[in-house]
Amino acid sequence: MPPLARRNLFHDRVRLIVTLTGIAFSVVLMVVQWGLFQGFSTSTASIIDHSGADIWIAAKDTAYLEQAVPFNERKYYQVLATPGVAQAVKYIVRWSIWKQPGGRAESVAIVGCDPDSAMGGPFNLVSGDAQQLKQPNAIIIDRIYADKLDAHKLGDMVEINGYRAKVVGFTDGIRAFTTSPYVFTTFKRAQDYVVIDDDHLNFVLVKAAPGVDIKKLQADLQARLPDNEVFTTAEFSQMTRHYWMFTTGAGIAVLMAAALGLIVGIAVVAQTIYATTMDHIREYGTLKAMGAPNSYVLSVIMQQAAIAAALGYVIGMTVSLFVVHGASSGGANIILTWQTAVELFFLTLAMCATAAVVSVKKILSLDPAMVFKE
Amino acid sequence: MSYAIETRGVTKQYVQGEASTLALAGIDLTVSRGEVVLLMGPSGSGKTTLLSIMGCILRPTSGQVILEGNDVTAMSEKDLPHMRLKHIGFVFQGFNLFPTLSVGENVELSLSLKGVRGRDAKKEAHRLLDLVGIEHKYQSFPADISGGQKQRVAIARAVAGSPVAILADEPTAALDSHTGKAVVEMMARLAHQENRAVVIVTHDGRLADFADRIVWMEDGVLAQVPDRTTDHAHLHATPNSAPVQLGI
Repeated sequence: MPPLARRNLFHDRVRLIVTLTGIAFSVVLMVVQWGLFQGFSTSTASIIDHSGADIWIAAKDTAYLEQAVPFNERKYYQVLATPGVAQAVKYIVRWSIWKQPGGRAESVAIVGCDPDSAMGGPFNLVSGDAQQLKQPNAIIIDRIYADKLDAHKLGDMVEINGYRAKVVGFTDGIRAFTTSPYVFTTFKRAQDYVVIDDDHLNFVLVKAAPGVDIKKLQADLQARLPDNEVFTTAEFSQMTRHYWMFTTGAGIAVLMAAALGLIVGIAVVAQTIYATTMDHIREYGTLKAMGAPNSYVLSVIMQQAAIAAALGYVIGMTVSLFVVHGASSGGANIILTWQTAVELFFLTLAMCATAAVVSVKKILSLDPAMVFKE
Repeated sequence: MSYAIETRGVTKQYVQGEASTLALAGIDLTVSRGEVVLLMGPSGSGKTTLLSIMGCILRPTSGQVILEGNDVTAMSEKDLPHMRLKHIGFVFQGFNLFPTLSVGENVELSLSLKGVRGRDAKKEAHRLLDLVGIEHKYQSFPADISGGQKQRVAIARAVAGSPVAILADEPTAALDSHTGKAVVEMMARLAHQENRAVVIVTHDGRLADFADRIVWMEDGVLAQVPDRTTDHAHLHATPNSAPVQLGI
């Protein structure tokens, strides 16, 4: 079959460039916005996801990580006494004020952990290690925030909530969704930094004994601690992501921008494919007069949409890779996985197919008798 | 006797708002294989409407159209494109070639739609273009050939797949008289050599030399061929009822 669709599409180079630019722009917008959403979503729960715990115990009505209110450490001992619990650690995540050497204040999220436990400690360490948190006033921060916190090297001294703090290590890539970077320290020191009573804590992290059913252990703990929330790590991660992404509206804004990319793409492609169709309307009339079935005529339109989608996607994805790479070194966390790339390819195809619907309707209603009208 | 195309009492009424116009008022016409019929008459007489109905593009308001023994008026809208594809080849005033396809591909496309594909389509396209004397332009694009050559390509495309009838709407209107005559002569030759029925709508009386029959239309009915049109004694038309104008 002669390549009518391809020839028609490539016939008007300027229009083709406009079409491909529109699709590529749409793809870049969707990649960036969806990647930002993924990045934000991952950031909000990164502390939970990397905790290594099976179960998180928090105060009643806790909806997300940073919201948890302190509760008495008696609960911690109840947890330890529960059959199926292999290990439990006291944990704190709570906001505080960081004062730079120059006196400027920054909000930070203090993470108080047990350096000897495999649960809840700093991860992705690029200098120092968790054991060094045992040093007096020791803290570990992420190097992404070195400038923001004005702490660039090991040994830098700062002040947190009026207490001295010394940088003993750096992590890499532990981004905070909020403007408050995470600062790791020991549980005891964190109680001072965030002003919590000595016998209070924010969370108990639980590791189940080997072979223990997590859901059953969760139910057992909930029965013992009716005044607390008992979450699996996955549940708490999901709740925290949901809170920041949807309750605050931050995620909706990003998703709306991604949807905008899709809409812009549909509009641009629809306009250009429609214009191309109208340019060749007489040819479509001729095809129909010759007796070409609607399926063939429609396949010509859809092939044009598919070719445009594939080319636009390749261009858009190439640009996106540069954008993602540039953004990562610039501090923005845009996540682009191969699964997302594949999904976006099919979304781009669907976008272009949707855009072709207007043209398809036009062709379906085309009267082949038009060929006799000069 | 079975005709290639036969119309029986065909009428066509156009309704627009409260006014209606009877474009065709009971047309009885037969065209046989191997016959060249010129359909002539003044503008607005219903020639193109009749051609469209014979070509299964328009449906008559009443009457029957029999194409190769099939009553197409009894067929569903869905079946008509297949009838056109199988039995009819069209030649248009403006050539209606696909400008983004080469001359050869234009013919190949028509063949492909009729199920002839690949190497067979190429071979047949070469043969058909050779038949109309333009095989050497196989790779050229429509924009690069003359009007006469375009119409030859259109004829090759129309005869692709061996349809029973070739319907041509003013095929010489965009051509100079010499080229126009050559094109119609070619169509007449094809009709006779390949046993196709050819119906040509035209205003050009000089083409009468190539016709086996002239059918004259006036105001939606067949009428006697005026003397000034041709002096061919063997040409005849089938008079029919008087034109009817409906209007409120």
